[in-house]
Amino acid sequence: MDCGGVMSMEKILVLTHVDESGAALTRASLETVTAGMELAAALGAELAIGVVGQKAETAAQALAGTGARLLTVSGDAFAQARYASDAAACEAICRAAACSVVLAPASSRIARVAAGVAHRLGGFLDTHITGLDCAEGVAVTRWFYRQRMEAVLSRTARPWFLLLDAGTHPAFAGEPGPVTVEAVNVALPEQRTVVEGYREPARDAQTIRPDAKLLFVAGAGWTKKQPDGQIHGSEAAEQIKQFLLLTGASLGSSKSLVDQSGDNETVLPFLTHMNQIGQTGATPRHAKGLSTCCHGEEPHVVGWRFIGERRAISLDANCGWTRGKADVVYVADAFQVVSRVNTLLANRAT
Amino acid sequence: MAEGFHIVVCAGMVPDPLQTLEPVIGPNGPGLKNEMMLPAVLDPWAASALYEAAQVVAQHPGSKLWLVSLGPKAKLQQVMMTIAQKVSFELVPVDGPIGGFPDAHATAAALADAIGALQGLNRERLLLFGGWESATRGAGITLQWTGELLGITDQFQGVDQITLRADGSFEVLERVEGGKHQVSVCAGAPAVLGWATGNLAEPRNNPQTGMANMRGIMPALQKAKQVKLADNTLSYRAVNLPAQQRETRIEKNLTADEIAQEIVQWIAAE
Repeated sequence: MDCGGVMSMEKILVLTHVDESGAALTRASLETVTAGMELAAALGAELAIGVVGQKAETAAQALAGTGARLLTVSGDAFAQARYASDAAACEAICRAAACSVVLAPASSRIARVAAGVAHRLGGFLDTHITGLDCAEGVAVTRWFYRQRMEAVLSRTARPWFLLLDAGTHPAFAGEPGPVTVEAVNVALPEQRTVVEGYREPARDAQTIRPDAKLLFVAGAGWTKKQPDGQIHGSEAAEQIKQFLLLTGASLGSSKSLVDQSGDNETVLPFLTHMNQIGQTGATPRHAKGLSTCCHGEEPHVVGWRFIGERRAISLDANCGWTRGKADVVYVADAFQVVSRVNTLLANRAT
Repeated sequence: MAEGFHIVVCAGMVPDPLQTLEPVIGPNGPGLKNEMMLPAVLDPWAASALYEAAQVVAQHPGSKLWLVSLGPKAKLQQVMMTIAQKVSFELVPVDGPIGGFPDAHATAAALADAIGALQGLNRERLLLFGGWESATRGAGITLQWTGELLGITDQFQGVDQITLRADGSFEVLERVEGGKHQVSVCAGAPAVLGWATGNLAEPRNNPQTGMANMRGIMPALQKAKQVKLADNTLSYRAVNLPAQQRETRIEKNLTADEIAQEIVQWIAAE
């Protein structure tokens, strides 16, 4: 394949990787498989799928129903996500597959190496893809300025690497079965980095739950003075914690609330910058979102871009950011409402 | 590490997050309406990288900090008036276009050229810092691509913390899915670290630091190399603001009990 030239006939490669078990594909990988199958079918193009991981051959059995050419890179060196080894593995698969369009999930593992791999292949990379179209050649949709504006773009150069955001396609769910895979050899460079594992909050203290149906967004209002003239930080923390426990919701926060920790103000003890959504935080995908005590564009526009049903509890009936962005705005005191919600949910649970 | 680190922070400029942004199509492709009039700030994630870098330099004698930033000179000067008061650094300005629509690959090539030309930079001691994504394009490409161009094969993205050790190695915490951090230990420089928010608060303005920095910044701006970021492989078919507006129901007269009842039913509904 001429990596620098324009291809008249596309060949599609889907680049995937295993999850922490080492022997199963991640959900984001399976979503990308669906996208690849759809694109290949629309273009009448050949489809190949590459799998990187400790037991990639085992994971590839889940792809029996795709009918695609399967390429794997396996071994202990690929048990963990590391730039040098993952980049070498992805590069080897891409060279073996010799495809013009490479789709991959925008997971932390792939996102770390994708630019390096594209550079080594003489290609180009676009990330955070939310839509694919091929009516007039391949074109992609992505957001700019932190989800504030949407663009459709295309490139003439190949290979073209595209990282798909999670949740934009359904996960592939074919029957697993025996498959024929092509094991790809990788020339590993010197490993200067050792992955030691993961660090996370204690199980009951983990408040970020990407698979939750509901996103609960806490704003700075929780730590402001209440009608009695006092700050009720610990009460706010207790109410929110109980709500998360009863609903299984994921916790998001506005920037202003997280930033208070740096100013030694009263903050919720379980909040970190990883909870932050919006301009300098995450843009999570959940079916429903409930914002409380928030004001401003960050939580209601940027952070909520990919939230399905949206409701807000705010004391400001004229908050311009919620109007047109939320489905329902309750003008009320979040302390009172969430307290009663918790009581009702607890009663239901018993 | 006995000799200290040479830290290069790549940082772009972005419109102040409180500004309303509107796309326009110009002769050179899409851009922002009144882009040069919009107040700009240093990209938030890159700013985290700068503050973390300054702390490393302060703790390791013999270290040096460069800030490489690409943008129109006038904008760079405006942003530096604030940033220069935060921490000490040597500015390496690259005079070029601002915004999210120029191609990240061309931006990375210009940054790599500027870094490669730095006087006194020891690449064996180089830590390349920056934001893991920008608040404009949000590509998450530029720093990685720059690192590859400079031949650096230890890269970390979504970094929230590094702990440097006496032998020059360091432990890195990178954000991964599910609110977790991956813990890695790297043998030492050279390495690329794309920062998320880190753990440091924004330093308070220090006028003395600002005055010292500005003595080097103004001559550097005058000598800034001009670059064009042409990329003929990329074309934009459309750039739009999201048109979707929701019919918002404002409930002003419900009691807390009634609202709670409604919310519980809404949460339970499939």
